[in-house]
Amino acid sequence: MDLVAAIGFQLAYVIANLALISLGLAIIFGMMRVINLAHGEFLMLGGYTVVVATNAGVNVWVAMLILAPLVVGIIGVIVERVLIRWLYGRMVDTLLATWGLSLLLVGLVTSIFGASTATTVSPPLGVIRFGNYSASGYELFLILITIALFFLVWLTLRFTKLGLLARGTMQNAEMASSLGVSTNRIYMITFGLGAAVSGLAGGLLAPMTGVLPTIGATYIAKAFITVISGGSAILAGTTAGSILLGGLNGIFSFVVGSTFGEIALLLAAIVLLRLMPRGITGRFFRKSL
Amino acid sequence: MNSSLLRQMRSTFFFALLGVVFMFAAPQVLQLFTIINLTTAIALAVLALSLALIWGYGGILCFGQVAFFGLGAYVYTISAINFGGSTWAVLMAVLVTSAFAAALGYFIFYGRVSDVYLGVITLTVTLIFFSLIRRTSGPEYKIGNALLGGFNGVSSPPINLPWDSGSFLFPEHVFYVAMAVLILCYVFVGWLVNTKFGRVCVAIRENELRAELLGYDTRLYKLGIFTIGAGIAALGGVLFCNGVGRITPDVFSLYNAALTIIWVIVGGRGTLIGPIGATFALFYLTSALGGQSLLNNNLVLGIILIIFVLLVPKGVAPTVVDWIASRRKKTPRRARRRRGARAEGME
Repeated sequence: MDLVAAIGFQLAYVIANLALISLGLAIIFGMMRVINLAHGEFLMLGGYTVVVATNAGVNVWVAMLILAPLVVGIIGVIVERVLIRWLYGRMVDTLLATWGLSLLLVGLVTSIFGASTATTVSPPLGVIRFGNYSASGYELFLILITIALFFLVWLTLRFTKLGLLARGTMQNAEMASSLGVSTNRIYMITFGLGAAVSGLAGGLLAPMTGVLPTIGATYIAKAFITVISGGSAILAGTTAGSILLGGLNGIFSFVVGSTFGEIALLLAAIVLLRLMPRGITGRFFRKSL
Repeated sequence: MNSSLLRQMRSTFFFALLGVVFMFAAPQVLQLFTIINLTTAIALAVLALSLALIWGYGGILCFGQVAFFGLGAYVYTISAINFGGSTWAVLMAVLVTSAFAAALGYFIFYGRVSDVYLGVITLTVTLIFFSLIRRTSGPEYKIGNALLGGFNGVSSPPINLPWDSGSFLFPEHVFYVAMAVLILCYVFVGWLVNTKFGRVCVAIRENELRAELLGYDTRLYKLGIFTIGAGIAALGGVLFCNGVGRITPDVFSLYNAALTIIWVIVGGRGTLIGPIGATFALFYLTSALGGQSLLNNNLVLGIILIIFVLLVPKGVAPTVVDWIASRRKKTPRRARRRRGARAEGME
């Protein structure tokens, strides 16, 4: 029984982790049809914000929950203004430009902080026990905060004016703009929010993984596969993708080893895209957010 | 080969001839160290050529061309260690990689995965290879007699004369092999894009729906060009691990995947010599940057990529060609001749 609880907890953690690293990407992709290849670097910047801030004496919770999204969100808005807005509607060029941005950010951070791990932050919570098994309390915190974050995004999209305008822009940008919505501004805000969510995720994961200039590369493949398998619905897609792929990854990791967990994740995603080229939400839950 | 095909391939033959001259002249003039470095650059140029084919002509935005390159290198190395000779190993490298590409391509093209998703999937495959092979450092990870070696990679046995595993080639000879492979691949690809198959691929690049309505099975054509491109990339990989002497998982890194894309963007999509030239230019640029610590390689490449996407989206070679063409237009004598040619074309 304890074992089942421990495994269930691990599985929930793998799924939450996947959902957390994918959400920022899903917001930007779902809203703007922009595939942001610098997503991993936004996560990385969130991590660095936390490390730099805590080294400067800021409380670790403040650094993770407030500073990381704030800093990366501002960077996101700047990036949108300088780079992305020239390329709307040219999906391939956006992809390439954000890839250039990704290299640029890796290079910049390496030049400033060096190529090795900066001082890490230790996970600030204790241990929880399932009978004979134990797990990190911080993992539980991550699961809960991922759920809270999804709920928050859902509330924003569903009940605020910004959410309404954003959904309208997403459905039909031309119509929205002829009804007086400044789609330009909506895009800017959306990109900023997506970046902020990525920054928050990167900040939250920094105590678990440490930070490196190149750490984005470890996130980006998983995040992409999750978002694309999920399809264009932001929340439902990411949730469905994370549950399916994270679940498979967790189960295979437990049964055969963590290397095969990742292979299982990839193979499942490729087969899934063969069967449902528009992702899970392209076929099921079409009307969802 | 009829005469019109020969005429279309005139510039291809010109550059191939230039390559042959370079192949025989370079070892007389340059030092051995430079020659060995050049071998690596040539291997990368073969990789650039393969992407120039499938992206520039096939319109398939493959971000994971290095996956085929690296896979080819790994298959070559592992089979050469096991077979004790390189003849079959080279064949294996090309065949296994092409088969892998065909299987992957089946899921992609027959699933009708569009451009951008395709890029992301191929990139993901590359990164999975990267993290997978990095973890194979224990003694339990071996294929036949070949230890995979994890992060440190495997040292590659040198290439030998066909069917004679005793006669290893020295680095200065590998240069000739590499150059010959590059020239042959270049002529082959130059021929391929002028065949009917190549023209259909270009038609699909321009308008997939129209090509399909004309009765072409676009999925099959895309799969074909994708597989051929992967085979060429694998050949590049074989040359690469011969030039460097070992193969490590770093070949699958995001940095290398980006680099391949940058060569083709900078050189120009829709040309073959452009990406090859860009590979050599950027190879020497990054080597020069490696000698100093002020500017990070990633930083410079990122800036180059952004600048080209925003300002020179066509790449160098097509921009130069357009520029020359616009210069020609201004001279009236040439313009008259062009008008004549156009009238001829309308008949």
